[in-house]
Amino acid sequence: MKDKSPPNHWRAFFNTLMENIRNFSIIAHIDHGKSTLADRLIQFTGVCNERNFQDQMLDNMDIERERGITIKSNAISLPYRAKDGKEYILNLIDTPGHVDFSYEVSRSLASCEGVLLLIDAAQGVQAQTLANLYLAMEHNLAIIPIINKIDLPSADIERVLEEIDSELGLDPDTHIKCSAKEGTGIEDVLEAIVLRIPPPKGDAENPLAALIFDAHYDSFRGTIIHCRVFEGTVKSGDIIKFMHNGTTYKVEEVGHFLLTRTKREKLSAGDVGYIIAGVKTVADVRTGDTLTLQERPCSQPLPGFKEVKPVVFASIYPIASDDYQDLADSLDKFKLNDASFIYEKDSSAALGQGFRCGFLGLLHLDIVQERLEREYDLSIILSVPSVRYRFTLKDGKVVYVDNPTHYPDPAEIAMGEEPYIRAAMMLPERYLGTVMKLCMEKRGVNSNMNYTGPGRVELSYEMPLAEVIFDFYDRFKSVTQGYGSFDYNIIDYRESNLVLMDILVNGEKVDALSQIVHRDRARARGLNACDRLKEEIPRQMFKIAIQGAIGGEIIARSTISAFRKDVTAKCYGGDISRKRKLLEKQKAGKKRMKMIGSVSIPQSAFLAVLKSDND
Amino acid sequence: MKNDQAGLYIHIPFCLSKCGYCSFYSISSVHLIPEFIKAVAGEMAFYKNTFHAFDTIYLGGGTPSLLSVQQIDDILKAVNNNFNIEQHSEITIEVNPGDVSLEYLQQLRKLGINRLNIGIQSFDDPVLKFLGRRHTSKEAVFAFDAARKAGFDNIGIDLIYGLSGQDIDVWKQTLKETLSFFPEHLSCYQLSLDEKTPLYKQYKKEGLKLTVENEALDFFMTTSQILTDAGYIHYEVSNFARTDSLKSRHNMKYWRHTPYLGLGPAAHSFLDCKRWWNKAAVKPYLKDISEGKKPVEKSEQLSTKQLALEALFLGMRTKDGINFELYKKRYGSDLLADKRPIIDELIKNNLIELKNDSLCPTLAGMAVADSLALI
Repeated sequence: MKDKSPPNHWRAFFNTLMENIRNFSIIAHIDHGKSTLADRLIQFTGVCNERNFQDQMLDNMDIERERGITIKSNAISLPYRAKDGKEYILNLIDTPGHVDFSYEVSRSLASCEGVLLLIDAAQGVQAQTLANLYLAMEHNLAIIPIINKIDLPSADIERVLEEIDSELGLDPDTHIKCSAKEGTGIEDVLEAIVLRIPPPKGDAENPLAALIFDAHYDSFRGTIIHCRVFEGTVKSGDIIKFMHNGTTYKVEEVGHFLLTRTKREKLSAGDVGYIIAGVKTVADVRTGDTLTLQERPCSQPLPGFKEVKPVVFASIYPIASDDYQDLADSLDKFKLNDASFIYEKDSSAALGQGFRCGFLGLLHLDIVQERLEREYDLSIILSVPSVRYRFTLKDGKVVYVDNPTHYPDPAEIAMGEEPYIRAAMMLPERYLGTVMKLCMEKRGVNSNMNYTGPGRVELSYEMPLAEVIFDFYDRFKSVTQGYGSFDYNIIDYRESNLVLMDILVNGEKVDALSQIVHRDRARARGLNACDRLKEEIPRQMFKIAIQGAIGGEIIARSTISAFRKDVTAKCYGGDISRKRKLLEKQKAGKKRMKMIGSVSIPQSAFLAVLKSDND
Repeated sequence: MKNDQAGLYIHIPFCLSKCGYCSFYSISSVHLIPEFIKAVAGEMAFYKNTFHAFDTIYLGGGTPSLLSVQQIDDILKAVNNNFNIEQHSEITIEVNPGDVSLEYLQQLRKLGINRLNIGIQSFDDPVLKFLGRRHTSKEAVFAFDAARKAGFDNIGIDLIYGLSGQDIDVWKQTLKETLSFFPEHLSCYQLSLDEKTPLYKQYKKEGLKLTVENEALDFFMTTSQILTDAGYIHYEVSNFARTDSLKSRHNMKYWRHTPYLGLGPAAHSFLDCKRWWNKAAVKPYLKDISEGKKPVEKSEQLSTKQLALEALFLGMRTKDGINFELYKKRYGSDLLADKRPIIDELIKNNLIELKNDSLCPTLAGMAVADSLALI
């Protein structure tokens, strides 16, 4: 990213008073038009001209654009001359859209005074609309309901207004109608931001207190810290201190996010911007941490900081063992920009040298895998993901195990424990029965239920995290037909009757498929794993036996029958080149599989064992 | 593999009607035949210094039997003018049972053609009709008898099995009738449908299904069993011969990377790691030759790796399999050393066997030859 001066027509805005600043986020259910509205606001305020505009301006990564989800937080400052004749700076803070990143979302919202709650005119209020509303309310933010996509033939504004009233409990008269796609109503939105979102409070003269809501890595400048200043002022030359660990850095540059980073003399209370201070990697920065000045620190950090820890672990192996060094280099680079991703060396009897990695959740894992393959051009295999278990051994030693390969000798184990979470779910009442059934199936206990509005239920359960990883989210979405929202917090470790279940393919143990499971669930999980592998492993020329085993005891099995006829009838002069091309393609496909013994196992098989087939 | 002499294929791209299952290139504009014959002769001239001699000639199609004796004679004369034809060459022509009279066949024999391949396909009239063939089973019987009378002592019969809903007993009956003629060679093709064929469209439209895998395997195994019991050698996936010397010498060249020259529209040629093929349509083919250009559509230079893959899938189609020494000499890798674990697994599963320093597919292996090539 190159520094670039802003256009002349709004250079003057930079001495904006705090009362002329608005800090806001756009929150919405997936596909309700968040990125399109952001694009329109950017265009309308003229930060960017037609030439360098592209759709989904704030979603920088291909993977974000394709999946239509935002993974990284992002911010942009928009200059706006309002109808009152005054000039404003509107700081838009974009937020990720998935439960794996809920902490990042909460920090982004903590940096705002208000939100645009976007609702699709055809789809109306959806699960995430509600979940997002609650998040915004938790932070005492001003909420502006916006009905988007009013141009759709299927738009039903009357119904949406009623839902805003009854389901969201907001005054429907406060809504604004727009079509981000057509560009109508955009000015009304901007006016509402100015009029209805309060300006930031704080004092530029107080000791510095700035909230870090994200960081990214720039290969020229090192770590770029994204922050919201609540109190005080920071400028280049200042010595700043991270309050959670006391480390200090000298500020090299501060500035605003325009379309590109734009240097400024200082950031003061109310501002959203960046700080460059010679921080080597994003891992040295903690989202949610408070920045202050070493000389004159604030008395206490801003509330809400927590250390985000990985909760899901899996090993990554190169499909071709020659690619190990490439994988190591890529992980190194990748880590520069993803502080929540951790890894260390690991090896597998079946898959060779690799790395054990920690993730925030399964989506995070999925994204890391996809980005490694896409941006670093690697072909990799992931082992079956696991949570971190705790074992107390008979000699009193306590060990944490997040890799089934390191499962302690069963004879030595005095007690096994697994992490529990409190799951918070919001759903329409009509799905209550099926969701409770699902939670109980997932070993949920201590349920709690609350009616939040007519027909709306808030449900909570304590559940083993491992059960949540095992296909909970997909099934929850499915049984609530997308109307349920789900969030969780890790609460504690609880004693559990754990066993190690191995998977054998044609008699050979594949350690990357082993799982630590609750004994009562072992057989069901074993059968499920065998069935899923049967679906994922393509039929080969000979029969393949898949077995689930605890110790030496086989608890589940399935068989993949051999295919027995595939040869084409004719292969003469004119057929050979075409046939070769076809086989070359198949051969390339086979390269993306891992040979274990004489069986080719595709990548997808390793993750599939965590999915169940009953919806 | 003593015989590395090249083979010559000439594609006669004319058919009076299109059979539903056929994806070979053909047109019905028979008025172009005279011009075509001149063009083929012209095409030979391009290659007279590249290919000097042949020991097999194969007139395929299309329907070569649409040509008059004179026209076939013209083609063979042109061949003799441009190339050396070895003594005891195998000279084959494909004929359609509906087209041939005793006299026609006698004259072909006189031209030096010593092998006939008759496209009988089935002895069951409803099957013939379904396939869109112009002839009846009665005509097929007549054609075979006439061929014998005309003095052909090397006759091959083409058959098709595995039609939608075909009962295996109907197929066994066809095989039994076929055996009563005691043909020297048999090609039994399992029906597969290219998307471009009319029969494919009919299958789609009427919701017909090709035989499923288990059934297909049953047909394949039964066919092999019946024909080997009757004394035939199952020497390639779809081909059977009464003795080693009665195998199609021409077709064997395709499976052994022996050089071949293909003349006529869409014909493929192979020489020195290079394969090229002609334009498929007759008119551009004629135009190129009239302008003194080779009517080549495309050519490819094959890497050793590509040749090795071809050698694997071609070799695995044949009973003789892949000779380790030859494979190493030609493609530079030691198959047995490189692939030992998977080879052992396949031997254990009775899909391949080691015989005479070769890796040979078993009958079950032949049925999955394409996959065996991917080891």
